[in-house]
Amino acid sequence: MGPLVVNEIISENTNLLLAFFIGIGFGFVLEQAGFSSSRKLAGVFYGYDTVVLKVFFTGAITAMIGLLFFSLFGWIDLSIVYVNETYLWSAIVGGVIMGAGFIMGGYCPGTSFCGAAIGKIDAYIFILGLFIGVFIFGEGFNLFEPLFMAEFMGYPRLSEFFGLTEGITALLVIVAAVIMFWIGEWAEKKFPREEY
Amino acid sequence: METVKKTKYMNPYLAGVLLGLVVLSANFVSGRGLGASGAVKSAVITSVETIAPIHAEKSKFYSSYSKAHDGKPMHSWLVYQMLGVIVGGFASGAISNRLTWKVEHNPGITSRKRMIFALAGGVLFGLGSQLGRGCTSGSALSGMAVLSLGGFITMAAIFGTAFMLAYFFRKLWI
Repeated sequence: MGPLVVNEIISENTNLLLAFFIGIGFGFVLEQAGFSSSRKLAGVFYGYDTVVLKVFFTGAITAMIGLLFFSLFGWIDLSIVYVNETYLWSAIVGGVIMGAGFIMGGYCPGTSFCGAAIGKIDAYIFILGLFIGVFIFGEGFNLFEPLFMAEFMGYPRLSEFFGLTEGITALLVIVAAVIMFWIGEWAEKKFPREEY
Repeated sequence: METVKKTKYMNPYLAGVLLGLVVLSANFVSGRGLGASGAVKSAVITSVETIAPIHAEKSKFYSSYSKAHDGKPMHSWLVYQMLGVIVGGFASGAISNRLTWKVEHNPGITSRKRMIFALAGGVLFGLGSQLGRGCTSGSALSGMAVLSLGGFITMAAIFGTAFMLAYFFRKLWI
């Protein structure tokens, strides 16, 4: 059955329309969770507000479990679902640069659009920065290309990498997430924030 | 409290479950995860193609992406999804009474300082998202949902770096 567009159950144009509705759900949930506030987002790095940790990891494990059950029930063919490719060095260096951007800017791209949607002027400035950053990459592509293409590992899943079944891998991810939730709850008690 | 209270935020675990269902539906409908930086990339490429078409054609970065999208980078899944994000975020802010123009910052810093760091952070995030083939949404969140090794690596690098640098930028936030 799924993915619907790959199996030609819906047309390409319907797919784009549904992308718009999926985006509405995405933006609505991010804003309701408080991801439109850079101070709330940055809180996770100082322990005073760990909403990022809770929402992000609950989201990841919910989707992960959902996909595995959908696959088990025969509702989705996971072999044709897109798995992000792994280029080891660009994944690490790109992540490091994004991490620096996160602690300085307080937003990530998705949340900055959410902040902008409710009127945060700093979010508009962050988005301006995003455009400049992408433009710098585009103009300097020749310079970045060797790093960008280095150490291609294919499309490995975590389960294949560790030689475990997908179910066991998912269980370990859930256990890791629960431990982090526990640390998050502890940190919020230890580093109480003033109201803002 | 006599002051007008703003509506509180949703329980984070409930919001997380709903976020997961959005990621799940994207995979079920379209066989792919969510994303945000991809839409910015589409917009940048379209702008460069419009302003400097010859320059864009010569560059592998611009021309290969445009070719992969039938010459219409703005007519892409992520662009429509990001338009939805703006509508959804606005709707949520409207019903929770949070629509206000403001520069949000820690009272310990000036709004000018906040703006400078927001711009710098945005530049770094934009650059890093291209190198890392996706940002927190596309690479980390959606990648983790399909158990992508690269997704977990990028997630660890983003959060690990931000934690390591947190001390140096503490005045911005606490």
